[in-house]
Amino acid sequence: MSEERVGFFTDTSVCIGCKACEVACKEWNAIPEDGLSLTGMSYDNTQALGASTWRHVAFIEQPTPEGRTQLPLAEGDSGADSGMRWLMSSDVCKHCTHAACLDVCPTGSLFRTEFGTVVVQEDICNGCGYCVPACPYGVIEQRPADGRAFKCTMCYDRLGVGQEPACAKACPTESIQFGPLDELRERAALRVDQLHETGVTEAHLYGDDPEDGVGGDGAFFLLLDKPEVYGLPPDPVVTTRDLPTMWKHAGAAALSLLGGVALSFALAGKGRR
Amino acid sequence: MVPRAEFESYYGRPVIKAPAWAARDIAGYFFLGGLAGAGSVLAAGAHLTGRGTTATAMKVSSLAAVSLSAAALINDLGRPDRFANMLRVFKPTSPMSVGSWLLSLYGPTAGAAAASAVTGRLPRVGAAATGAAAFLGPAVAAYTGVLAADTAVPAWHGAHRELPHLFTASATAAAAGMALVVGPTCENAPARWAGGLAALAETAVTEAAERRLGTVAETYREGRAGVLLRTARALTVAGALGGAVLGGRCRAGAALSGLALLTGSACTRFGIFAAGIASAEDPRYTVVPQRERVERRQQGAGASGA
Ligand code: SF4
Ligand code: SF4
Ligand code: SF4
Repeated sequence: MSEERVGFFTDTSVCIGCKACEVACKEWNAIPEDGLSLTGMSYDNTQALGASTWRHVAFIEQPTPEGRTQLPLAEGDSGADSGMRWLMSSDVCKHCTHAACLDVCPTGSLFRTEFGTVVVQEDICNGCGYCVPACPYGVIEQRPADGRAFKCTMCYDRLGVGQEPACAKACPTESIQFGPLDELRERAALRVDQLHETGVTEAHLYGDDPEDGVGGDGAFFLLLDKPEVYGLPPDPVVTTRDLPTMWKHAGAAALSLLGGVALSFALAGKGRR
Repeated sequence: MVPRAEFESYYGRPVIKAPAWAARDIAGYFFLGGLAGAGSVLAAGAHLTGRGTTATAMKVSSLAAVSLSAAALINDLGRPDRFANMLRVFKPTSPMSVGSWLLSLYGPTAGAAAASAVTGRLPRVGAAATGAAAFLGPAVAAYTGVLAADTAVPAWHGAHRELPHLFTASATAAAAGMALVVGPTCENAPARWAGGLAALAETAVTEAAERRLGTVAETYREGRAGVLLRTARALTVAGALGGAVLGGRCRAGAALSGLALLTGSACTRFGIFAAGIASAEDPRYTVVPQRERVERRQQGAGASGA
C-alpha cells in the first residue's frame, strides 16, 4: 500500500434516506439498470447490494425504543410521539482488511489497491463466481447477462486523481464520510460519545474493530440497532481464517482414501482375487 | 422439540449471497472429480494385483470422469472463453486455484494411464502414470470439500472439518460402485470391501457434521437436501450390503449394487449442495450462530470482568 489507507465512516444516525448516494454511484460508474420493482415491504425498492447496486439504503420502520423522546422536527410540529421510528442506513462493500472475496479469487482478478481498497479487474474476471458465496456480507455478485462479478470500487478512478468517491460527495447530510481510515475511526468514536451523552445509548460502531473476524472494515458504520436488523451479519468471519485447518483435514482425508483402498485390497487377498 | 431460536433480520432477506453455481455443473463436478480421483486409486490397486480387466476399465472411467468434470466446471463459468485465466496465478488461499492446478496435473496423468492400458503401448510409462494418478487422485477427491467449505455458506463452512472426509468417503463409494459395474466378479473383492468401508465412513462423518452444525443441520434434513441425503444414505447402504452379499457371485447383483453406490454418491453431492444453498438463502442460519457467538463472548467478558 503506497498511499494512506482510506475508507468510509457511514453515520446512519444522520441518514435521511434520500438515496442520493445510490444515484450518484449508478451515474458515476455507469451501472446498468437492474429492475424497477416495488417491494411493498418498505420504501426500500432497491432491496440489497448486488452486481448492479453498489450503494444500498436500508429502511427500517420500527417501534421507538423505550425511554426515547422524539424532538419536534419543525415549528408547529407538536412533537407528539408516534411510537414509531425510521432507521436508514446506506450500505456498501466493507473493503475488509482480510477480504474473503480477494483470498478465494482464483484468477487474481480481485486485488488490493494502493489505497487499501478491494477492486475487481473486469478484464481478468472469468466469472467463476467463487467470490460471491465467500463474502460474509453478501456484497459481490455476478451480473447475469455479463457473467462477471462486480462491486463497489470505492471509486478507484476518482481516488487516483485525488477526488472523493461519488457517493460521499453526493451525500447531503455527511452521513457518508470519506477519508483516511485512522482519522475516521477517531471521529467515529467521538460521535458515539456525543450521541451517548444526548441519551442515544443504543448508538454503537460496527466494523471499526481491527480485532474482529475480518480484521476490521475499510467501510464501517454507526448503527442504532443490532447489525442483523440492517441485514448485516452480527459476527462476520473471513472464511479463509479456517483454511489451514481445512487443508489439514483434506490431507488427512486423502491419506485415509489411499489407506482405505489399500486395506480393501489387503482384506480381499491376492489369491482369492 | 426444541423451540426455534428467535432472530432478527432485514425483512427476512438473506445476509449472504448464495452461489450462482448450477447444481448440475458444480455438484456434478464434485461427484465426477471424486469418481475419477478415487477410481485412479482402485485402478492402481487392480493394476498391482493383476486384476487387469478392472484396472483398464477404471483407468478409462477416471479419464472420462475427469474430462466431464472439467467440462462442467468450464460450462459454469460466467465467461467460459476465459477459463485459461484459472492458471494465470497460483494462489494457495484459493481452493479453486489449487484445484485448477491439481486438475491440470492429474488430467494428463489419468489420460496417459488410460491410453497406455487401452492400447497396450508404452507399458512402463503407463505404469508410472497409473502410480502418479493414484497419488494425485485422492487430492482431487478431497480438495472439493475445501472448495465448498471455504465460503461463508453456513452449511458448508460450519462443517469445514468434516466436509473433506465426507467427500473422500463419497468418492470411494462411487469408485467402488463403478468397479462393481465394470469389473468381472472374480476381480471385484477389493471393490466390495472398499464400498463397505466407504459406506461406514460416510455415515459416521455425516453424523459428526450434523452434530457440529447444530441448528444449521436442519438444512441437511429438510427440503430437497433432506430428500437427497436420505436417498443417498439408503442407496449407499443398500449398495454396500448388496455388493458384500451378492457382488462376488452374481454379475447382475454386482452391477446393481454398483449402480446403487454410484447413484448414492451423486445424491450425497447434490444433497450437500442443496443444503448449502438453503442455508445461504435463509438469514436464520447466518444470524443465529453468529448471534450466539457474540453472546457467548459477552458472557465470557462479563464473567471475567466481575
Ligand atoms: S465486503 Fe465482501 S466484497 Fe467487500 S471486500 Fe469484504 S469480502 Fe470482499
Ligand atoms: S468471479 Fe471473477 S472476481 Fe470473483 S472469484 Fe471468480 S474470477 Fe475472481
Ligand atoms: S465509492 Fe464509488 S463505487 Fe463505491 S458505492 Fe460509492 S460511488 Fe459507488
